[in-house]
Amino acid sequence: MFETTDLNQRNRQVESRVKTLFLLMTLLLILPVLVILTMLVIKGGPMLSIDFLFTEPTQGMTAGGILPALVGTVWLVVVALLASVPFGVAAALYLSEYAADNWLTRIINLAIINLAGVPSIVHALFGVGAFVLFFRFGTSILAASLTLAVMTLPVVIVSTREALQAVPHAFREACWNMGATRWQTIRRVVLPNSISGILTGVILEVSRTAGETAPIMFTGAAFYLPFLPQSVYDQTMAMSLHLFVISTQVPDVPEGLPYGVALVLIGMVLSMNALSIAFRTYLRGKKKW
Amino acid sequence: MVTDEGRTAVDGSTRDGAEVKLSVRDLSISYGDKTVLSGVSFDVEEHEIFGIIGPANSGKTSFLRALNRMDDFIPEMQVEGEVLFNGMEVRRWRNVYALRRRIGVVFPLPVGLPLSIYDNVALSPQLSGIKDKTVLDETVERCLRRAALWDEVKDRLDSLGSLLSGGQQQRLTIARALSQEPELLLLDEFSIAVDPVTTMRIEDVLKELKQEMTIILVTNLVQQARRLADRTAFFLSGELVEVAATEDLFTGQVQDARSRDYVEGRFG
Amino acid sequence: MEASAAGDFDRRNSSWYVDKVVQALVFIGGISGILCILGIFVFISKEGFGFIANTIDIKEFFTSPNWRPTSEENPTYGALALIAGTASVTGLAMVVAVPFSLGAAIYIGEFARGKTREVLKVLVEMLAAIPSVVWGFIGLSIMNPVIIDLFDVPVGLNVLNAGVILGLMAAPIMTTIAEDALKAVPDHYREAAEAMGATRWQVTFRVVLPAAKNGLVAAVLLGVGRGFGETMAVLMASGHSINMPDSIFDSVRALTATIAAELGETAVGSDHYQALFTLGIFLFAITFVINLAADLVLRGIRKEA
Repeated sequence: MFETTDLNQRNRQVESRVKTLFLLMTLLLILPVLVILTMLVIKGGPMLSIDFLFTEPTQGMTAGGILPALVGTVWLVVVALLASVPFGVAAALYLSEYAADNWLTRIINLAIINLAGVPSIVHALFGVGAFVLFFRFGTSILAASLTLAVMTLPVVIVSTREALQAVPHAFREACWNMGATRWQTIRRVVLPNSISGILTGVILEVSRTAGETAPIMFTGAAFYLPFLPQSVYDQTMAMSLHLFVISTQVPDVPEGLPYGVALVLIGMVLSMNALSIAFRTYLRGKKKW
Repeated sequence: MVTDEGRTAVDGSTRDGAEVKLSVRDLSISYGDKTVLSGVSFDVEEHEIFGIIGPANSGKTSFLRALNRMDDFIPEMQVEGEVLFNGMEVRRWRNVYALRRRIGVVFPLPVGLPLSIYDNVALSPQLSGIKDKTVLDETVERCLRRAALWDEVKDRLDSLGSLLSGGQQQRLTIARALSQEPELLLLDEFSIAVDPVTTMRIEDVLKELKQEMTIILVTNLVQQARRLADRTAFFLSGELVEVAATEDLFTGQVQDARSRDYVEGRFG
Repeated sequence: MEASAAGDFDRRNSSWYVDKVVQALVFIGGISGILCILGIFVFISKEGFGFIANTIDIKEFFTSPNWRPTSEENPTYGALALIAGTASVTGLAMVVAVPFSLGAAIYIGEFARGKTREVLKVLVEMLAAIPSVVWGFIGLSIMNPVIIDLFDVPVGLNVLNAGVILGLMAAPIMTTIAEDALKAVPDHYREAAEAMGATRWQVTFRVVLPAAKNGLVAAVLLGVGRGFGETMAVLMASGHSINMPDSIFDSVRALTATIAAELGETAVGSDHYQALFTLGIFLFAITFVINLAADLVLRGIRKEA
């Protein structure tokens, strides 16, 4: 403070160097990805057309469009949501509104953490063992979607629980004081004020589910099936697997084609993701208490 | 101290002929190994305003929580002893929600629920199954009027209750408690977030409400207890020092010197 | 509203019953997480444990690099090369990702302010959302020629390619978790140090990092777990040939990729099929331990706080 102007100056130098270093590290993390995404856009962009999106692949998948894969991914995501959202929201309600702080709750939390960490290929094995073989759903949209649902369950639980816990505890107490049951409190006050947060999480889940490949490879997604699925017991093509197949398994695919598929897939995933982020930012700006 | 034979009845014990609404026997409350209230016993009569005064951390709020079994929601809160409401131990009410519906509570920090002002007040009757719009309208207006809030909000009943000012939210909280038509109304330092003029208006309302219900008023404003309460209990560091007719407490006719010191403001 | 007689202390109305029913329903949801994890364990064990007990030679599994499940006369099930493949790719990924993601977390959490910070956070979050099959495709069609040109090697699908891809994949997740750990350090720690005239870097280095230590370790552990379990990207970018790697330019094959590539070609119940489930059990066990460790480390923070 008194005699250490030198030291102060050096400190400031170190400070600004360190800051620059960390900024560089951050940019090095982000920039390559942006460059890669740009390349995807440049190489895949010319492929995109209405025809590409809405026609079936032809000539052994070396030409034509991606309609069955696009529709298949929508099927897989929707059925997966139908299974995972009710269970996930119920689990979050239980953990946030009912569960006491006891051993069971700790085990549930541990199970959720571990479920989130199970490798996707292990989920695939589980899907084969449980849904395809044991429950006899065969390789079908149902089996694949249930596998995806188990895999994304932790995402729904964690994001829903966060949304529920963003509702201040005082509101619950005020309701309980009036003689409201826990469920009445949830239905009248907690859910209406967290539903948008829950939706944000669900959109995020959609984005995860749409991009997954390994869990659906052996449970319901087909390499090549130029028809649209008619029911949940059908197999289907999917965007993610289609990208894998045409970039590794099929000979003589024109160079731009997989780029086009990758671009559509990443466009679906990132736009859902961006929607979720935008929704969240909007909610943060809109105060209700 | 009892000097006058005629006063014995209104001392710590209850008046002749009055119904006992709430009876507390040897009540102790603790959080983990920290005891906040120990061995408290007294009765509250029907249609009286029962004041509870005492410095901060003397166990007043915990006491109120025990009455309507809010301890069910606070895992570490332990309650021992008896609380008899209408002669029935509250822990034996199996439908705890029916118990809470008969006991209205107003806590110090106002909580306007993130519902419309109308729904804030209509919620409790709705939960107990009332759907008739005219009945609900009538209840909402009556309760808001009583809580001295009607004139300020009658033109914007659709706006969010949680966005009202602190003082308005506190009156909304009172209106909500009244909408339950409680038999027992618990008020915990309700005037903290309310301006003096409104406080006086609410105090007038409380005097009227006494005809319909029993009121327990926890306050750290000793003069408020003096203005409103028929009898007053003095809590200090988790103990009940004494229960006395409010006038006795404030005119020094009490048994314990600490009570007199407190009401005269000679207390740290 | 309600009869004032004391007699209804016992009367449960419809809302009481509704509440109980809902409680039972959400409880089922609550334990669904446990059921899923148990289900995974039971079903992959069911298909794989018989094989572990009867056919497989545990010593061979862990010490032999020869994974030849399709051999007609003498199939061997040595997973060492696959383990080495997974370990080398994950290891390189961590070398790439750990410094960068911790650096990025520190920049975003401690140095960046306002809009910059929000934009960076959103970008990192978006990066974490890119599907692994797209990463694999990037490794295959963009990184591959770049590596061939840059290092003058015949094949660009190798440890380096998969490691970098996996690093780029794991980094956003590690950054987010590490930044959460930094955010969990109370502001008054920083204010106290700043009041003594410390610069931001001194505050970060002396106060924030030590306080956030456990969270950062957990972030790295979860990154490792993610690397171990990653399938599609590694399958597509690593070259997928069984190899004990000598250098980062060798092609390798990972545990996860082996399952993904071979499961489709096996007959249900065959030795090969069961061997793949055995790999699955092994992966499940490893990631379980890693996640458990991360959770214990994180719990350590909460206990100290």
